[in-house]
Amino acid sequence: MSNDVFRKSKDGAFYFVLGVIGLVVLAGLGAAFYMEHYGHVVTGMTNQIVWGLPHVFAIFLIVAASGVLNVASIGSVFGKPVYKARGPLAGLLAIAMLAGGLMVLMLDLGRSDRLIIAMTYLNLKSVFALNVFLYTVFFTVVALYLWTMLDRKMHAYSKYVGFAAFIWRLALTTGTGAIFGFLVARQAYGTALLAPMFIIMSFSFGLAVFMIVQAVMYSWNDRVLDEVILHRLKNLLATFVAAVLYFTVVYHMTNLYFAKQTAFEHFILIDGGVYTNLFWFGQILLGTLAPLAILFHPGLSKRNGWIVTASMLVILGAFAQLYVLLIGGQAFPLSIFPSMVESSSFFDGQIHTYSPSLPEFLLGMGGIAAAALITAIAAKVLNFMPDDKHHTVSH
Amino acid sequence: MSNDVDNSRRKFIAAGVAGTAGLVLAPGVTLLDMANARPAGEAASSTKRWGMLIDSTKCATGCNDCVTACGKENGVASTGHPETDPQWIRKIELKEVKSGKSHSLPMMCQHCAEPPCVDVCPTGASFKRADGIVLVDRHICIGCRYCMMACPYKARSFVHEEHDDQNPDVPRGKGCVESCTLCVHRVDKDMEPACVEACSAGNHGAMLFGDLNDANSEISKRIATYATTQVRADLALNTGVRYQGI
Ligand code: SF4
Ligand code: SF4
Repeated sequence: MSNDVFRKSKDGAFYFVLGVIGLVVLAGLGAAFYMEHYGHVVTGMTNQIVWGLPHVFAIFLIVAASGVLNVASIGSVFGKPVYKARGPLAGLLAIAMLAGGLMVLMLDLGRSDRLIIAMTYLNLKSVFALNVFLYTVFFTVVALYLWTMLDRKMHAYSKYVGFAAFIWRLALTTGTGAIFGFLVARQAYGTALLAPMFIIMSFSFGLAVFMIVQAVMYSWNDRVLDEVILHRLKNLLATFVAAVLYFTVVYHMTNLYFAKQTAFEHFILIDGGVYTNLFWFGQILLGTLAPLAILFHPGLSKRNGWIVTASMLVILGAFAQLYVLLIGGQAFPLSIFPSMVESSSFFDGQIHTYSPSLPEFLLGMGGIAAAALITAIAAKVLNFMPDDKHHTVSH
Repeated sequence: MSNDVDNSRRKFIAAGVAGTAGLVLAPGVTLLDMANARPAGEAASSTKRWGMLIDSTKCATGCNDCVTACGKENGVASTGHPETDPQWIRKIELKEVKSGKSHSLPMMCQHCAEPPCVDVCPTGASFKRADGIVLVDRHICIGCRYCMMACPYKARSFVHEEHDDQNPDVPRGKGCVESCTLCVHRVDKDMEPACVEACSAGNHGAMLFGDLNDANSEISKRIATYATTQVRADLALNTGVRYQGI
């Protein structure tokens, strides 16, 4: 029943697409090698902006990876058939994106060659090390989960493993958020709000990715997604996008409330140049309000193409949001002497500049391509096409 | 058909298990290699806590003697890329917002007793010796830069490019993070840090090095007598470097 979905006539096209994705992965690896060989001096990163564009990509992928699993959780844990049918694809995307994200993170290290040290010398107090543990278990649990969903003999366990995966993905996103929450000295990050905010961001980013991949799979197989299902998924996406907006507002309002943070907020919201623009135009206008308008529009929201557009806008907004949070948060100088104006040859007291370089961008794209490659190959070998016939949809 | 799927699934799972096993086994191979990577910890004694007291009233704007001495001692030189060049110690010029009063002082790793850099470091490369000196083991550092994000004093630098003026006593390397070592290689030979020595040699006397645990040391006496501050005391990191006059 399965593999004929990719009919022979499309095999040529499939391998062509696979080839193109493979080239992007290679470009990413090449960029990483180049950075490793010459050192990070060839990137836009500096001693001021220590985490650059690769981290934006990596965090997007990791956050989206844990979020996309939500689709499967709603199916298995809460027993909703529409989502159950989509569980396997969601699980696959979760593994693929986490792998892509970790690849970027790993290759951006100053010493990527020390992978084994990174995995064996664990400082258990470090949230980073905690994350390594969270990721490893996540891979295992999701792989098991996929097994219970794909193998009929294992179906009975699906609910339990699904529950474990659900809990673990919450822990994983909390862990990602906590990486920033621990940076107490940095104005942008020292807040407990980041962990829940990352969870809600993961729901939104993950579902947006899912919608796009699902649309590609349906059109590749010349199938049309049931309107009722599309309607439900788009409503869910709209809810998540609105929730991220809510958290964004709370985050900035909380910062504004604390006097010592007002300078930072002024920077991001009013005179931060590229960060201010990315915030208002990228995150809020294009990434939040535009997709919400599409998703709630009575006509447009019924059209698959528009929903894919909305999902792409959500992803665009996600990148803008992470860029502002990550790079914008570092661009604003540390306040070492809070009541004084500072200056030095080490750029104390100044807004730090950063211009992302091509290798950084290629490395990030390489991570996305790696996730796409894993997804495409797995979808070719096993059946990940949502199968709504076997899961009765209650209209 | 369904058998086919089952088969490929089995292969897929087998490959996954093999991969995971590989990850677990491989590390053992290198354990021997790493065992002797930590020479620094040995000589240190927890009866001491090395610290420094900096008197900003004696530190003049424009004087760079400590910075120059540090660069020479540790082989930290400019490559003409100010944004990526490491700086272990730097002069900061300060102006009080309310009074307009200005200060000049050196800033470097504060050798925190509760160092955030050590807390966040995933590998344990960032560590604190028993005598309070905070160091990076450059054989274990993977260059993740998390410690740089965590340090409230911007005390750490990432080595962005190859450099060839190594001091054999001070190993440094591209792709790793580094910071002021309090000249640990000198301290272990009962000498003072290079910056302190240069400051005294220039007759400025703005820097004092000593044992904070020894009530009879000059540094402890001065701290007991005069009003001294820890920078960002609100973070409660209990810094080993203290300031006077700000
Ligand atoms: S000043 Fe920074 S680098 Fe030095 S011990 Fe404290 S946190 Fe670590
Ligand atoms: S850059 Fe090195 S010393 Fe700093 S946190 Fe990472 S591994 Fe530890």
